[in-house]
Amino acid sequence: MDNTVAPTGTEGQTWGGGSRPLNASYGKLMMWFFILSDALTFTGFLAAYGFSRFKFIEEWPLADEVFNHFPFLHGTDAPMFYVALMTFILIGSSVTMVLAVDAGHHMDKKKVSFYLLLTVIGGFIFVGSQAWEWKNFIAGEYGAVKTKGGKILQFLDAESGERVALKDIAILGDRPADAMDNSEGIWYQSDDPVGGTYTIEEVRKGFAAQPNLLIRTQQIIVNAETGASEKLILSREESLFKINNQAVGVVEGANLSENEYGAPLFADFFFFITGFHGFHVFSGVMFNLIIFFNVLLGTYERRGSYEMVEKVGLYWHFVDLVWVFVFTFFYLV
Amino acid sequence: MADHAAHTDGHAEHKLAIFRGLLKFKSNTQKIWGVLIFLSLITIVEVALGYIKPDVLNVSVLGLKLLNWIFIILTLVKAYYITWDFMHMRDEVSGLRRAVVWTGVFLVIYLIAILLVEGEYIYQVYKNAAVSFDF
Repeated sequence: MDNTVAPTGTEGQTWGGGSRPLNASYGKLMMWFFILSDALTFTGFLAAYGFSRFKFIEEWPLADEVFNHFPFLHGTDAPMFYVALMTFILIGSSVTMVLAVDAGHHMDKKKVSFYLLLTVIGGFIFVGSQAWEWKNFIAGEYGAVKTKGGKILQFLDAESGERVALKDIAILGDRPADAMDNSEGIWYQSDDPVGGTYTIEEVRKGFAAQPNLLIRTQQIIVNAETGASEKLILSREESLFKINNQAVGVVEGANLSENEYGAPLFADFFFFITGFHGFHVFSGVMFNLIIFFNVLLGTYERRGSYEMVEKVGLYWHFVDLVWVFVFTFFYLV
Repeated sequence: MADHAAHTDGHAEHKLAIFRGLLKFKSNTQKIWGVLIFLSLITIVEVALGYIKPDVLNVSVLGLKLLNWIFIILTLVKAYYITWDFMHMRDEVSGLRRAVVWTGVFLVIYLIAILLVEGEYIYQVYKNAAVSFDF
């Protein structure tokens, strides 16, 4: 060494090398780098969501009405309980992850593998729950019609104030028996498609036949007494005018271009952000699985350190951290 | 160098007190369960508030409903404990902690401020301007 490296006289001092001001290994630091940049990616998405929401602050869908399903409780209005359950599942799997990291510090192979397995299972349950949430959102519940300008009109009963589904309104009329459609491979020429389950004429006819029906727009108004946000309900005359002159199509469920609950942008952001988060969860589950098998094989036992568990743990907690914000901004605020 | 290596092995002492020393745990495992209980409590409060939506909290504070501010603050509290105790930020040296947290906080505030102000502006244009597409 003395022959190739000239002594600089700084050995043992700050600039002499070997100093570790952050006192963390390379791998952990890089994981923090990644987490910080990924956090900014998610911030960008959520801030863009906020941008669109502020832009359409008076017509954004009310989350309570969109996400109110709970497994095995059909037809019950249970806003947020399901997503709260998902939150608990994710926090729970975060806890098993810290416990795995802690067991790793004590070089306890059995405990590490047990807790990692629980974490993986929790992660799978969460991804599955998210799929169920998507399924409900995509399928929709009551159905609505849209205007030429792309606004959503929903139906409700004047007496009870309850929402009314399209299937209880529409009076089925004649359908073109052999409508040509994409499914017939005739993409360049199609008849007036039925589109959804019902045509707009069928809904119009049914609406006119039931005098107790009113239309609810996507406009949000503030209740003067309680200060709560509510959707604007039109009078019967206004409702008839709207559906006869402005409604152009039926919307059932939500996808990237239509959303029966209100602004399509809401659906776009929901699919994109929860989808991106779900992708992170899925990747995290895969990482955890790989590390789990490595633990079983004794890789870290031989290495003398379970730091790898700590590194994937950091990622896993980050996924939980992001979910906390997604939960707030999609379901609560 | 030997002592440095020992620290990075993760065998560094865990700081076992939360709430600024108000609550001290006996072991790291105990602290984990304690934090889980705390995070669950916050989530339960959030869900309860979101379900009941008390009219009192509908008053507008700084352009948002008070209820929404409460949600955001509770979320930040949760984020703090996830980062500090689950991700062990509490046990890291202050240099690492600051490098990660302040960089993030600064850029996040910057992004949010720009986008939300712009969103509000476009809302005003749509609502009030004579020419709604020209902005």
